[in-house]
Formats: sequence, C-alpha cells, structure tokens
Amino acid sequence: MDVPSEYRAAPTKPSQKRRPKGHKGGQPAPQMAPPQQPYNDFSMHNQQQQNYMQNFGQPDMFFSGYNTGNPGGAPGPEQQFAQQYLNNPMANMAMQYGSSLAGQGKDIVDKNIEKVMSSSKVKYYFAVDTAYVGKKLGLLFFPFTHSDWSIRYNQDEPIAPRYEINAPDLYIPSMAFVTYLLVAGMVLGIQDRFTPEQLGTQASSALGWLIIEMLAFSLSLYVMNLKSGIKYLDIIAYCGYKFVGMTVSLLAGAMSSNTVYYCVLLWFCLALVFFLMRTLRVQIVPQSEVDDGHTIGTKRSLYFILSVSLVQPLLMWWLSSSIMIYRRI
Amino acid sequence: MAIGLYSLLEAAILCLNAVCILHEERFLAKVGWGVDQHKGFGEDPGVKSQLLNLIRSIRTVMRIPLIGVNIATMVLKLLFG
Repeated sequence: MDVPSEYRAAPTKPSQKRRPKGHKGGQPAPQMAPPQQPYNDFSMHNQQQQNYMQNFGQPDMFFSGYNTGNPGGAPGPEQQFAQQYLNNPMANMAMQYGSSLAGQGKDIVDKNIEKVMSSSKVKYYFAVDTAYVGKKLGLLFFPFTHSDWSIRYNQDEPIAPRYEINAPDLYIPSMAFVTYLLVAGMVLGIQDRFTPEQLGTQASSALGWLIIEMLAFSLSLYVMNLKSGIKYLDIIAYCGYKFVGMTVSLLAGAMSSNTVYYCVLLWFCLALVFFLMRTLRVQIVPQSEVDDGHTIGTKRSLYFILSVSLVQPLLMWWLSSSIMIYRRI
Repeated sequence: MAIGLYSLLEAAILCLNAVCILHEERFLAKVGWGVDQHKGFGEDPGVKSQLLNLIRSIRTVMRIPLIGVNIATMVLKLLFG
C-alpha cells in the first residue's frame, strides 16, 4: 500500500494553522527558489495534511511542509534533511515493512469480517436507488394506504430492495441514524448545551439501545419458537426505521415549540407501529401444520409482533425526549 | 439513561453470570424447571422448554469463557476503578 497521492506533497496554502516560522531549527524560508514540478500540481491541500505527514514521520522528497506560506516553494536546505532520511537504509526498510504490514493487516481484517458478517449478503441491503428510498420514506410517513405488504422473493437470497418496495434495507436506517445524531447535536446546540462529547454520548446511547432491542428481538424469536424467514440483518433494519421518525420530529420540534414535537412524534409512532405490524405479519408465518399448533402459533406470533411494535414508540420517545425536553436550570 | 457501550458490556456480563449460576440439581429441579422433567420431543416445544433449553445451553457454552472474562473484569476494575 503506497502512500496515497494526495499525501505525497503538500504545498503550503496560507491558512490559520500554519506553523510559526523557524519552527524546525530556525531555518529561514527560502524565497523564490525554482518551483518543483509535482509540487505545483497538488494545490488543494492545507497545512493540516502537512502536519499529518510530519507527525507520521513519512520522509518524502518534497517534504517542504516545514516551510510556511511559500506557495510552490522549493525545499532548499530541507531537501538535504529529507535526503538524509531517504538515504538511510533503515528508514527505507522500516517504511517498506510498515506498508507491507498494513497490507497484511487489511487482509486479516477482511477475512475476519467475512466470517462475522458476510459482505455478499450485506450488499443486498444497500442495493437501493432513489425511487425506492423515496417510496419507502413515503411509506414510513404514511403507511395507512398501502395495500400489498408481501415480499416476492426466492427463499435463498435476500432480494435487492431496488425491485421490491416491501423488502427491508439497511441504507435508510444507517442514514437515519447518522442524521439523527447530527440533528441531535444541532438541537443541543440551539439549547446551548452542546459539547463535542455529547455527540459521542448520544451515538453510543442510541447504538446501545439498538443492540439491546435487537437482542430482545432475537431472543424472543427463539424462545417463542417462531419459525420465520427473518434474518439478523432484517432485524437491524426493522429496528433502525424509527430513527427516521425521531429525526423528523426533532427537526420539527426544534423549529417550533415542544407541542409540535410531541404531535409529530405521536404521528410517527402510530405510523411506525402500523408499518411494523403489517410488515412483520407477513414475515413471521405462524406454524399452521398442527391444529392446536395453529392457534398457539398464531397467538404467540401476534404477541410477539405486538410487543415489538409497541416497544418502538417507547424507545423513540425515550431517546428523543432526553434531547428535546430539558429542565432549564 | 445514557447507555454507553461499556455499560452494555457490563450488563451483558452480569446477566450471563446470573444465568450461569442457576444450578441444575440444587435449584432448578426444586422449582420445577429441571431439564429431565421437560425433555419431551413434541413438535411444539413451548415457551418454557425453550427457555430451559436456552438456560442450559448458555450454561454449557459460557461457563469456561466467563471464568476468563470475569477474571479480566476483576483485574481491570481493580486497576482502573
């Protein structure tokens, strides 16, 4: 893995974060040296990337990040300094070893990820297009008029949501999650109680509740012995749809009063409950083989669907109200 | 209630510990949840036998790893509070 080209050279652009002159050994900035050819081409980087490079100690021929405010400036005395690095065989070897190690690490990580969550299955959930996203969002906003909730697909592979609007996808939940975090940060900022740690706290809090919900979902599916075609990624998807409602209600509440927030939240709770009940009723097929098994199975699956659907509003309210409603000290 | 990922981990360890210390003969059989009392092969196992199966499998699988995890947690708590 070579150094990506954008980090190879970093011409200095006048920016706030420039290092003070003479930072490195008090060498004066050479003026009007002949500009180096590749140096001029990378004109979009700023001091930050120079700092990044310097911090990681990557010796480079064009390592004139030491200079400040010298557009297209030549290395001059610094080049000899860099040359020292480059001529040092140990540094060379260390660089090569490091890059090969990084390549190996990447392979190992890929292999292990493949075991935990096979990426070939995950990619189905992200195979969406704009039309699908639009229709699905409309369905989340107003599911009451949709009539056909069944999913046409072959049993073995999940269907790409592009072709079937009722199929669950992971794109909307992940986008909604990130948007929820950003909107939460914004609302906290409006209320003057934002710190950057809050973003992390909210993120791990929401993620934690999501994991708890998923575990409860899978556990109850197992305990109630409901045979269904629901895969674990579907569960993540269904649990993630509530972030859409939470985001919109937070936005609405931020722009106007708390009452509006409550109303929008209520609407989305109802919509999500309806949506989930209709979707899950299709997915969780009760055992209909034995006669008394039929009734027991239906009742159990009904309980399950009801509890899952009713937990969603609870979680929606819990997570978003801590952001929206606060006690003014 | 902010659930961080770390508190989630702690809660998971505590719950697994709680499940693992339910002794088969001394406790579960007395309550009527012994495994031999329910080991039928009906088509519809029922919620209770599924639960008991779950408890038993958690006990079997997680006993040894939990020893290690508990030791590690104790050391970490001692060191870092």
